[in-house]
Amino acid sequence: MLGFVIGRCLQALVVMLVMSLVVFTGVYAIGNPLDILIPPEAPQDIREATIARFGLDRPIWEQYLYFLLNVLQGDFGRSFIYNMPVLTLILSRLPATLELALAAVLGATLIGVPLGIYAGYRPTSVAARLIMGLSILGFSVPTFWVGLILILAFAVSLGWLPAGGRGPTVLLFGVPWSFTSLEGLSHLLLPALNLSLFKLAMMIRLARAGTREIILTDTVKFARAAGISEATILRRHVLKLISIPIVTVFGLEFGSTLAFAVVTETIFSWPGLGKLIIDSITSLDRPVMVAYLILIAALFVTINLLVDISYAALDPRLRGGRGA
Amino acid sequence: MSGMLLEIENLHTHFLTRAGVVQAVNGVSFTLARGEILGLVGESGSGKTVTGFSILGLIDPPGRIVEGSVRLDGLELTSLDQEGLRQVRGKRISMVFQDPMMTLNPVLSIGEQMLLAVRAHERITRRAGLERAAAVLTRVGIPEAATRLSAYPHQFSGGMRQRVAIAIALLHRPEVIIADEPTTALDVSIQAQILHEVRELARESGTALIWISHDLATVSSLADRLIVMYAGRVVEQGPVAEVLSDPRHPYTDGLLASLPANARPGEVLRQIPGNTPSLLDLPEGCAFAPRCARASTICATAPQLTHSGPRSWRCHHPLGAGA
Repeated sequence: MLGFVIGRCLQALVVMLVMSLVVFTGVYAIGNPLDILIPPEAPQDIREATIARFGLDRPIWEQYLYFLLNVLQGDFGRSFIYNMPVLTLILSRLPATLELALAAVLGATLIGVPLGIYAGYRPTSVAARLIMGLSILGFSVPTFWVGLILILAFAVSLGWLPAGGRGPTVLLFGVPWSFTSLEGLSHLLLPALNLSLFKLAMMIRLARAGTREIILTDTVKFARAAGISEATILRRHVLKLISIPIVTVFGLEFGSTLAFAVVTETIFSWPGLGKLIIDSITSLDRPVMVAYLILIAALFVTINLLVDISYAALDPRLRGGRGA
Repeated sequence: MSGMLLEIENLHTHFLTRAGVVQAVNGVSFTLARGEILGLVGESGSGKTVTGFSILGLIDPPGRIVEGSVRLDGLELTSLDQEGLRQVRGKRISMVFQDPMMTLNPVLSIGEQMLLAVRAHERITRRAGLERAAAVLTRVGIPEAATRLSAYPHQFSGGMRQRVAIAIALLHRPEVIIADEPTTALDVSIQAQILHEVRELARESGTALIWISHDLATVSSLADRLIVMYAGRVVEQGPVAEVLSDPRHPYTDGLLASLPANARPGEVLRQIPGNTPSLLDLPEGCAFAPRCARASTICATAPQLTHSGPRSWRCHHPLGAGA
């Protein structure tokens, strides 16, 4: 197990190195940040001083090596726009996105999996048809539209929930969170709901497909023949057997939501990473883009590692070599 | 016929498929006495497995018991609701399946699966339940049962897994065990072992056994009484020795003749010509007539069951004494 983890960490390093190279050259190619950083009417000496300060007069490979060297010392550079260390900037936005993504994916899983199991267990019932209709809706309705409708319904017409923003945060372990206060939760609810709709639809389909397959196997028939109740069969046998694809999708969705919750964060003016990356792209804030994408790669690698480790916990056949 | 442990009367189980109604079990009647070992024999598609599942109400849609009765000690099982059936399953009648690779849940430990089966019928602490499980595993011949409880099915051989399945079936000392070809998927040497052990266990605890098999040789070494099924019907039944030495139905005769043990060395094995009829479209009269050398015009009408002492058969032209 330890060897496996070490191997994966080395893999992760290579992935992140390649990622940084691709991103660095890619970002270098899209445009010149000088046009945005320096007003056109600035005198030549200020122009040159700025260029030298950011090291933009060096060849790209030198800039890249310089960047790598700094990263190894924990320095991802300074944002051109915010004029503060990139890492501090990103970390200040991370908790907002983290709790939003976690609320969305966790909510979708906790609600979607039981609904999906039911729909797979009684595929012809009215409730199952309703659930499947809901899932088709979740797949096909665009996120931005649902977000607007949610705001219109719950914030504007009914006035139950705030229309946007993060609301007050509470410090927990030195990090600001919304979910610990009731008001924070009320701000979190709508954007999380908006983000979770698509994931809910996916979890329903996944759980339903798995359940339909497993409910017909001899394993379930044998459990029934032993007098085990239907509820216990679903809870103990079926849930455990369908958990591997669900954990996989949970990991992937969690990662991609962390990285790309842009639309929802914009609609609900949620001060998260998505907004930061869009802003940095429009203003060609190179250091933020590069650091952000490398961080996302690191997150994905970590999540995949955790998913792989949980496979072993869920399926004894994947635990190498031990036992009788 | 009262006083019998299990009475099955005129059982019809049909599958309502898109292609039509598959008459898998078509008017099966038999009884089982306490502690008796009954062999249920027939080719694939003869309805023997469906009969077994029908007894426990384990027929999945689109299948359904359309007619008939299954009585356990006077209790009508076909009219029980889900909860009523659940209380019978595993407690009074339990079942062992054909393929031990498929029946146990690969992601739950043996102990966990046995505990679920114990707790299905008893309120019992985890510790006491696991102790029960270990005791039964020891009974079915699994060494170091207590430490094996934390193992998973893939760490067991096929024979060991089937022993676990048998242990689960034995947990509540049921009155009947229905064994659906439990040794077919195993090595020949393990087959004989398990066969012997199951018979001993059944005798010990006074459990009656319905042993479903396509293998006449296996069943005849085990059972007290034999039922031969063909195309969803019972075509012959009686005490094993009598049926084997003096078969009445030409189909039974054909099965016996096709056994390798009954052939002389070098001789080509005799086989029954033709195939089993499609259960979607059964002939009006005797379903075996198209394959039968003794068939005549009267075979176009369905033969009734003829009784003679402990034996009965369904044939217009029976062999032996009845001819």
